[in-house]
Amino acid sequence: MAMQDLSSTARPDGAAPDTPASAVEDSATAERHGWKWLLCAPALTILVLAASGPLLIVLVYSFLTPASFGGVIWEFSTEAWFRVFFSRDIFDPEDVRLNHAHLAIFWRSISLALQTTVICAILGFPTAWFIATRPQHTRAFWLFLITIPFWTNLLIRTFAIQEVIRNQGLINTTLIRLGVIDSPIQMMFTDFAILVGMAYVFLPLMVLPLYAAMDKLDIRLVEAGYDLYASRWQVLRRIILPLVKPGFIAGSILVFIPSIGAFVTPRVLGGGRNLMLGNLIELQFGQGRNWPLGAALAITMLVLVVGALIFYIRYVGREDDGGRRT
Amino acid sequence: MNTVFQNYALFPHMSVADNIGFGLLMQGRPAAERKETVARMLRLVRMEAMADRRPTAISGGQQQRVALARALAPQPRVLLLDEPLSALDLKLRKEMQSELKRLQTETGITFVFVTHDQEEALTMSDRIAVMSEGRILQTGAPEEIYNRPADRFVADFIGDTNFLEAQIAEVTGRAATVRLPGGASVAANLPEGASPSSGSHVTVVIRPEHARLADGAGVLRGTVEKSVFFGTDTNVHLRLTDGSTFVLRRQNATAGTPPPEPGQEVGLALGEGALQVLRN
Repeated sequence: MAMQDLSSTARPDGAAPDTPASAVEDSATAERHGWKWLLCAPALTILVLAASGPLLIVLVYSFLTPASFGGVIWEFSTEAWFRVFFSRDIFDPEDVRLNHAHLAIFWRSISLALQTTVICAILGFPTAWFIATRPQHTRAFWLFLITIPFWTNLLIRTFAIQEVIRNQGLINTTLIRLGVIDSPIQMMFTDFAILVGMAYVFLPLMVLPLYAAMDKLDIRLVEAGYDLYASRWQVLRRIILPLVKPGFIAGSILVFIPSIGAFVTPRVLGGGRNLMLGNLIELQFGQGRNWPLGAALAITMLVLVVGALIFYIRYVGREDDGGRRT
Repeated sequence: MNTVFQNYALFPHMSVADNIGFGLLMQGRPAAERKETVARMLRLVRMEAMADRRPTAISGGQQQRVALARALAPQPRVLLLDEPLSALDLKLRKEMQSELKRLQTETGITFVFVTHDQEEALTMSDRIAVMSEGRILQTGAPEEIYNRPADRFVADFIGDTNFLEAQIAEVTGRAATVRLPGGASVAANLPEGASPSSGSHVTVVIRPEHARLADGAGVLRGTVEKSVFFGTDTNVHLRLTDGSTFVLRRQNATAGTPPPEPGQEVGLALGEGALQVLRN
């Protein structure tokens, strides 16, 4: 297993031989090692400038006061954080209640992201299995097909979905022509539309890690399962699924994170009525002109995602580790 | 029937005990019975201490034992072992060979043991079937396969063999008299189901250790090319009068006659019933 290889090749730090004669050599080694971290400088720079830095700015902004036309006034305030969860009456600022609109959006985001992940897992599993069981030389072709949608702009792909599901779209006109329905089924501007759009867009992110996991799966284990009287279902449940679980976990994380923050898909297919977190944040930085609130919402989303990941890895990914690590 | 796979195919996500119990679980046996059988199997392959380990955390030989235990647990009538020892080093291989023998005797289950190693086949089996290209060429006890190969492939595959071109002089039941390259006529065994006519050309085989240097003229004559000493035996390589090569094996004894010098011309005597006629 990969883990094993890593651990067996890992060496203790500063592997200088510990003999008295090599004292001089030791200090030289220490010096060399002392400067070695500089080799990481490019990576560290990027990490600080591109990851930690902006995050820090967002965090700082969330504690500032909004300026009238966007931007911030450098004045400490917790109002933005307060507004994330509570709302004030316009006429009576002392009248405070839970911000149900925000909570509903949090809930919708989590729920839609989870549903998208489940749909992607259900569709992605057979797809990845199909690819992984093709002859070696044709697999590259199938993987290539999976990546083709990435070549097209996300917005255009989303509008393409709209063409399919809108009231005068492909599905409705076909069904009406066939006489199955009389009036078009309303699919646009519903959560269903958002789900279809997100599942379509994020499916490859589930298929690819699943395929990677299945590619490593020794097909003889399946044979061994059948040899030991397992039914097809039992082979799937007790052998294949546990072994490709790392792929499921990686794929779920890859699908869940962009889903919870998606804003193009809900904007186009949800029609602005069914906001998700991404739209809410965008709204605060745009029309809302409340940057601190937008920043606070962004941090809230980050906490939600990290919380969900910790929960997921702890409770879903737990059992399978033992076999790999040892 | 259950199978021991060539690379064991143990389930990496299950413990050793769960691997062994998998077949029983799939058969829907009750938990108590499973537990009891798994414990018995662990004892049988002497892996009690490893029950909770993962297959990736035990050695190749131990994995081999677990694979055996897993296949034996559902108590099959026939156990198919698909080159089970080919991944092990020589020492472990020898150990597992005797281990397999012991398990087979203890359980009384029929083992079908697939191997490419002829020595393994000879030492481990009660009956051997030599296969080539999906067809069984010959079946029989190890001694029979070794001493009386019916086919060129079988003769060549198992052990060292001398091939001689000969002519059938006379057929009498299961035996024949053949005329050897030097002109001498000797008795030879016929393979099952073959009845060559007199005068037809056939190939006869004889194992190197079944020929010896003759005191007199012998039935074959040849020139010594070289002698190769390897501990228990010495191989004498000869070129016969018709130009073909012949290897003769002599056991080394402290007070034996020294091996012949290269260039020396010698006569060969063949052991009684050691010549075997091959099917075409």
